[in-house]
Amino acid sequence: MVVDNMLYNLGRYVNLLRDSFSRPEKFSMYYKETMRQMDAIGVGSVFIVLLISVFIGMVTAVQFADQLGDSFVPSYYIGYIVRDITIIEMAPTITCLVLAGKVGSNLAAEIGGMRQKEHIDAMEIMGVNTAAYLIMPKIIAAVVVIPMLVAISAFVSIIGGYLSTVIPGTISHTEYVLGLRSFFVPRYVFMMFVKAAVFAFLLTSVSCYMGYYVKGGSIELGQASTSAVVVSDVLILVFDFLIALLLT
Amino acid sequence: MIRTENLVKSFGENEVLKGVTTEFYAGKPNLIIGSSGAGKTVLLKLLIGLFEPTSGKVFYDDTDLFSLSDERLREIRMKVGMLFQGNALFDSMTVGENIRFPMDMFTKMTLREKEKRVDECLEMVNMEGVNDRYPSEVSGGMQKRVGIARAMVLEPKYLFCDEPNSGLDPKTSILIDELICDLTKRNNITTIINTHDMNSVMGIGDNIVLLKDGNLVWQGNKTQVLESDSSVLQDFIFASPFLRRLREDALKQRHAHD
Repeated sequence: MVVDNMLYNLGRYVNLLRDSFSRPEKFSMYYKETMRQMDAIGVGSVFIVLLISVFIGMVTAVQFADQLGDSFVPSYYIGYIVRDITIIEMAPTITCLVLAGKVGSNLAAEIGGMRQKEHIDAMEIMGVNTAAYLIMPKIIAAVVVIPMLVAISAFVSIIGGYLSTVIPGTISHTEYVLGLRSFFVPRYVFMMFVKAAVFAFLLTSVSCYMGYYVKGGSIELGQASTSAVVVSDVLILVFDFLIALLLT
Repeated sequence: MIRTENLVKSFGENEVLKGVTTEFYAGKPNLIIGSSGAGKTVLLKLLIGLFEPTSGKVFYDDTDLFSLSDERLREIRMKVGMLFQGNALFDSMTVGENIRFPMDMFTKMTLREKEKRVDECLEMVNMEGVNDRYPSEVSGGMQKRVGIARAMVLEPKYLFCDEPNSGLDPKTSILIDELICDLTKRNNITTIINTHDMNSVMGIGDNIVLLKDGNLVWQGNKTQVLESDSSVLQDFIFASPFLRRLREDALKQRHAHD
């Protein structure tokens, strides 16, 4: 039964994606909607991304500094570890998990609300390909904007690490910067952007899917919104592992 | 004209529509009536193509709706206007933007031409000057009129109205009915109205289809409603003693006049 249900949803999800990426009725309308979504998803999420990122960097640096203790590992390693852990894992994964909560639930509720208030039916009757008009701009906007947010997140996390270790005097400015410059592997930045783009696609497409097929009333809309976040989060973690396997 | 041939729709084991064959005419308000659960909304959604029938056909003039490709179906839908029970106006857009939306999506008109057409449509429904207000800033009756204006903006050949009077006071209901009737006759549109409202039936019912338990049980016009001895029709339309008395008085007056 569970397997049947999963296969049914997978098939419907793939069909919805196929419909979503069909030819737009009017390019200018889709362009305008994509820009609007970039503003909503990108600019609307900057503050929360900045907030979590600075704490991620601070916590990572403080805990690593504590573990180093009086060991023989040079203290400039704090900068190196904060940089790598942020770029490889924390910035793309934690940011996208948080965005699944903020953006994903919002998208599911927005599209689900449109379904319940017959807005989607109204567009269908006008002749609009609703899957394409409502979903494609959101996915494109997210795939473009979320990697930018992740890059900002990585940068701010590194600054957070600096603030929490250099300012209290745990290590010096020179040591932290030396750590940041040591053992740099450009491939990790590529991996960060791959993760960010894949996670962005997952969290928007899954959330739109949950909203698009919502039925019933406010309870079902709430459940769709919750499912959007939970399923997106699980898929982000699964794909995090798969990308790590493929790219390391 | 829209016609159906032996239209059946089931949801699982539940057969909601049991072989409806009928015609809806151009230039007349066609009313679908029936008690709750009779299958009115399902019939309307089948006619629009939002549901696919279990069996049977829907013809728009001579075109079989369910044999069309998605692209041809969209072409037909561009000739369709729909007024929803809950209006379905987009909350994030102003009244003007709501009416302009189909033109933005499907035409190559300039902004000036589109705004001129929006003004014409608002004038048609007696709502000039509300372009910049949001749907939440106008009354329920005004929202209905905006819905009609949006439905009419691309000059449709077919107009569907799902319970256009629900939630409106009797006076506003009559105004909305008159507006729909006037637009239908003036533009020779095939208008199909799904309603519970007996004022509408007796006021604008040029072609009335009565559904009961998924079957078409009576078809006629508002004059025939008064004279028909169909017990199903009388039980539905003149359900209250007050309405039954009104009918008897009307018939007495007519016979006295004859």
